[in-house]
Order: sequence, then structure tokens, then C-alpha cells
Amino acid sequence: MNNVFVYIEIEGTEVREVSQELLTKGRKLANELGVELHAIAIGTGIKGKVEDQVLPYGVDKLFVFDAPELFPYTSAPHTDIVVNLFKEEQPQICLMGATVIGRDLGPRVSSSLTSGLTADCTQLEIGPYDDKKTGNHYDNLLYQIRPAFGGNIVATIVNPDNRPQMATVRSGVMQKALYDGSCKKDVVYPEVSKYVSPEAFVVKVLDHHVEAAKHNLKGAPIVVSGGYGVGSKEGFEMLFELAKVLHGEVGGSRAAVDAGWIDNDRQIGQTGVTVHPKVYIACGISGQIQHIAGMQDSGIIISINSDPDAPINKIADYVITGTVEEVVPKLVKYYKQNSK
Amino acid sequence: MSLKIVVLAKQVPDTRNVGKDAMTAEGTVNRAALPAIFNPEDLNALEQALRLKEQDADTFVGILTMGPPRAGEVIREGMFRGADTGWLLTDRLFAGADTLATSYALATAIKKIGGVDLVIGGRQAIDGDTAQVGPQVAQKLGLNQVTYAEEILKIENGKATIRRLIDGGVEVVEAPLPLVVTVNGSAAECRPANAKRVMKYKYAACPLEVAPEDTRKGLREERPYLNLTQWSVADVDGDPQQCGLSGSPTKVKEVQSIAFQAKESKTLSGSDADVEGLIKELLNEKIIG
Repeated sequence: MNNVFVYIEIEGTEVREVSQELLTKGRKLANELGVELHAIAIGTGIKGKVEDQVLPYGVDKLFVFDAPELFPYTSAPHTDIVVNLFKEEQPQICLMGATVIGRDLGPRVSSSLTSGLTADCTQLEIGPYDDKKTGNHYDNLLYQIRPAFGGNIVATIVNPDNRPQMATVRSGVMQKALYDGSCKKDVVYPEVSKYVSPEAFVVKVLDHHVEAAKHNLKGAPIVVSGGYGVGSKEGFEMLFELAKVLHGEVGGSRAAVDAGWIDNDRQIGQTGVTVHPKVYIACGISGQIQHIAGMQDSGIIISINSDPDAPINKIADYVITGTVEEVVPKLVKYYKQNSK
Repeated sequence: MSLKIVVLAKQVPDTRNVGKDAMTAEGTVNRAALPAIFNPEDLNALEQALRLKEQDADTFVGILTMGPPRAGEVIREGMFRGADTGWLLTDRLFAGADTLATSYALATAIKKIGGVDLVIGGRQAIDGDTAQVGPQVAQKLGLNQVTYAEEILKIENGKATIRRLIDGGVEVVEAPLPLVVTVNGSAAECRPANAKRVMKYKYAACPLEVAPEDTRKGLREERPYLNLTQWSVADVDGDPQQCGLSGSPTKVKEVQSIAFQAKESKTLSGSDADVEGLIKELLNEKIIG
């Protein structure tokens, strides 16, 4: 009762990194609340394969639901398992990845349990809350912190009365770490048929095709990122050139992705990838909060912008006032001349 | 087969590419600086519905939206592009709704509409980016859901075959009707407004949009399709406790405009000397290799 739960996302038998990141965060929250960290793994042929990918992150109890047709993921069976388990376990917090699966499952579970869910949180904290309308005081609520309104503001959301308090978090926002404290590491294998009825299996996956990522934006030490100021798809070629000579990767702001200048799997920000590179070179990016949320922990931030008052300049270590077209080729040229 | 399709659409402030004037000095959102638009992914959803209508002229497409009276604009825009009609859910009791209370209201209206085969909406709205309303509407209606859809490949024998995006790939799924589908922005763009339809429907309006001194009263009586349906909580037999603020389990504790932690930054020009100096500094300090 009252524990912290993390839904484990699994592709085949491989646990997704985002789930391990959430386990590390969940462990911290559980310690702060003095409760246990539990995890739910649902899939096909996962028994004996997922335990070692989950338990080392500080899990007290892992529920493994292993049965045919639980992979690939479909909404109804996974919802039924999570909802019925939560009715028994009454968790106070549930975390899921803000992935395609988490954003399909989370709302369905929250609606079933009439509990609140906050999407794409960038920070999770524990704290008190006073409801000014009712005068009620609450201790130890989950603060679900996220940029809102296209990233122009940051909102702290709480769920005072309904449980579990649910939140989704994007991949890369939290950092995973093996847990060196003590925890129980129990594993149970509940009977799947007690949690999900055969009628839940009506949506059939005819074809499921996942490719290895084309780039390693999340792990790149140097990221060259472009925004609306890059001006065109051709403009991005300069950025790829710079990234190539620096052995980095190219990302883009939402504005650049919306304009069709760069693939959406390279979007950096709250609704895209979160990066923590050594060097982040922002080219023609104004710096909406939703973008900053995805790159603010970079080591050195270099901003190239023709607008000296661009918001991103405030968090930059180096501000180059100039156009992308003018400055980026010079960076390439002088890097080539001076390196080695 | 002919279908009854409800397209979920939201009127949203255009939060994309907003300039510095989007926020007031007090740190609140300056709505006046942001135009109200048809949520982009809802347009992708409308296109999928209109393609099904093309395959069978008896297929009916209606736009369901919730918002203040001016959200009727979304219904008209949908009709200009090919929708048959629309319903506006508007009531002070709906105000302050989080995604769960919004879903309750929409699901209640869909039940009121009745006999719906397909509910289709955008994956998410650009003012909230939550992607929660579609699945929650599905749950409230007890229907299956397919999210992140890119294309409805076919609907046959009461089953829809849909291609959808997943993390790092694609999937093709088959799901029985009735069904809730949410459509990704990478799906086909919506067709533009049709000039004839604009002429026909430009005076279509919900009762609250019509001024008391309306000069087109006669026209509205003559052409009933200009009178759009407008529903309150009571009209859809909704429970006020589950609507708006009181039906919302999430509460906003606080909202902050972001004060960036300003760093001491070095400001350079784009001159050759400055750029070369920077590169040398980064190389010397082994920040880049």
C-alpha cells in the first residue's frame, strides 16, 4: 500500500532506458516518503530476462506479468493489468515514460482510476500543498513540474485527493544510476488471467517494426542545434557539416521541426529529446522554455543569434551575435585550421 | 460502409514560434498576442475522416469542440473543408477542466450524439501537449483506442486497419469499430477550404455567436444547416461535479514565468577574429577535441 510504482517498458525482452531512469527517480522519491519502490513488467517471454535489468535500480518488488500476446503492446490488456494491480496495491505514485506507450497507457489508466496524470514532467519533487479554496493542507504530495503553454510558462501540478498521482517523463530527462543502498529485490509472477480478460485482446498488431536509432543525439558529447533562425532545410546542411567536423550530432528546436527542416526524432526540448552534452551550440534558436528544458544541463552553451536579446543568450556561456549563415561556416573553417 | 464519424477539434492559441510579446510583463500569457487557430493535429484527423467520406458519400462527419462561444469558428472551418456539421459544448461549468474533466464532457456529448462508429482527433493540442484526451475519451466510452495514427489504411467488415507510429518504428494494427483514433502530425495534411463550401457555410453559427440584433435571422430560418448545435452540461445530461474545475483531479499549484539562471556570458561578434579566438579557446581548454 502507498508505494511508488514504475511501469517498465519493454521492447521484446529489452527494458527501455527511460524505465531505468524512472526507477532511479522513483527510488529517490520512495526514500523521501519512507515507502517501497515497486515495478510492473508486462510482456511475452520476459520471465528470467527482465529481472536483472530492473532490480539493480533499487526495486523492492517487481511484478512480472508474462503471457502470450502481451507483446507487442496493445492498450487494453496492459491497462487491465495495471488497473487491477493498482486496485489491490493502492500505490500513491505511478511513473511512466512519456513515450508512445506511456502516453497511450497512462491516460487510459488514469481515466479508469479517476486519478490525475501530468504529461511530460521535467522535474518531480515532494512537498506540501495548501488548497486555498477548501482550506485543506496536504503533506508529501508529488509536485509534477512541466513547461506549459507552448513552453512559455512552467507549471507545478498536484493531485491532492486522487491516487495514484501519475506522471509521465520523457527519455533522458532523469539520469539512471544503479542503486547501492539496500532494497528487497523481491520478484513475483502473478497469474495473468486473473488480471485481464480474453475480451481485452481485440486489437491485433499485424506488423511491428522497430529500427535502431539513426543517431545518438542523447549520448553525443557535442550537439549542434538549429532553430527558426537557420532559415531553411539547406541551412541545416551547414549544421550537419559543423557537427561532422566536431564529431557531434545535430538537433533542432520545435520550430525547425515544424517547419520541416529536420526530422522530428531530432527535436530537442520538453516534447522531444533531452540532451546533456559537453558542448551545445544553439544556432538561430530563440530559447523557448520548452526548448531550454531539453538542454539546460549542457556543459558549455554557445548561442549564435542575430538577436542580441534572444532569451537563450541568458543561459549561454558564449554569445555570438551574428547570423547562422555567417558564423557557422567560420566555426568549421577555424576549427579545421586550428585543430591537430 | 457508411460511417458516423465525430472529429474532436480544439481551438488553441497559436503557441508555435511565439515572439517575446507572448508574455506580459507580469509573467502571464498574453492571449491577445496569439491568434486562435484550429489545433494542427486535429486538422490531420479531419483529413483522415474526409478521406473516409470520399469513399462513401453517406459517411457523416461532424466536428465536436468544447470552448467559449467563439470556438464555433473551428466548426465552421471544419465545414469549409468538408465536414457536415458540428456541435459546440459551451458552459461556464466546463471551465477550468483538466484532461480528465474534458474527456468526461466530450464522452458525454458523444453518447448524446449516439451511434458513432469512429471518434477521431489529433494526438495532442499545442497549448497543452498532453495527448491524454483521446485515450481518456476512449476509456470513458469503453472503446478501443489507436493512438499516434498516421493513416487509416482501410475500414472493412467493421474493422479498421491503421498504420501508426511507435518509438523508433511503425506498426500496423487492426481494431474493431467503434473506435477512438488519435492522429499524429506526420499524417497527411488537411485539404484546404473549398470556396463553394465557404459561401454556403460562412454564416453558420451557434446560438451564442449570434448577436441579438442579427440581421440574418430570415436566412437562418430558411437554411437550417446554418444553425449549429450548442450544448450545455445539462443538454448532454452531464454531471456538473465531473465537469470543469470540480471534475479535475489535477490542480495547478503555481505557475511561473521562467527566470533563467543568468550566467556570465562572453559576448562575441561574428567577425573572423572573434570566431577564431573562440575556437582556439575551446581547443586550448580541451572543451572540444
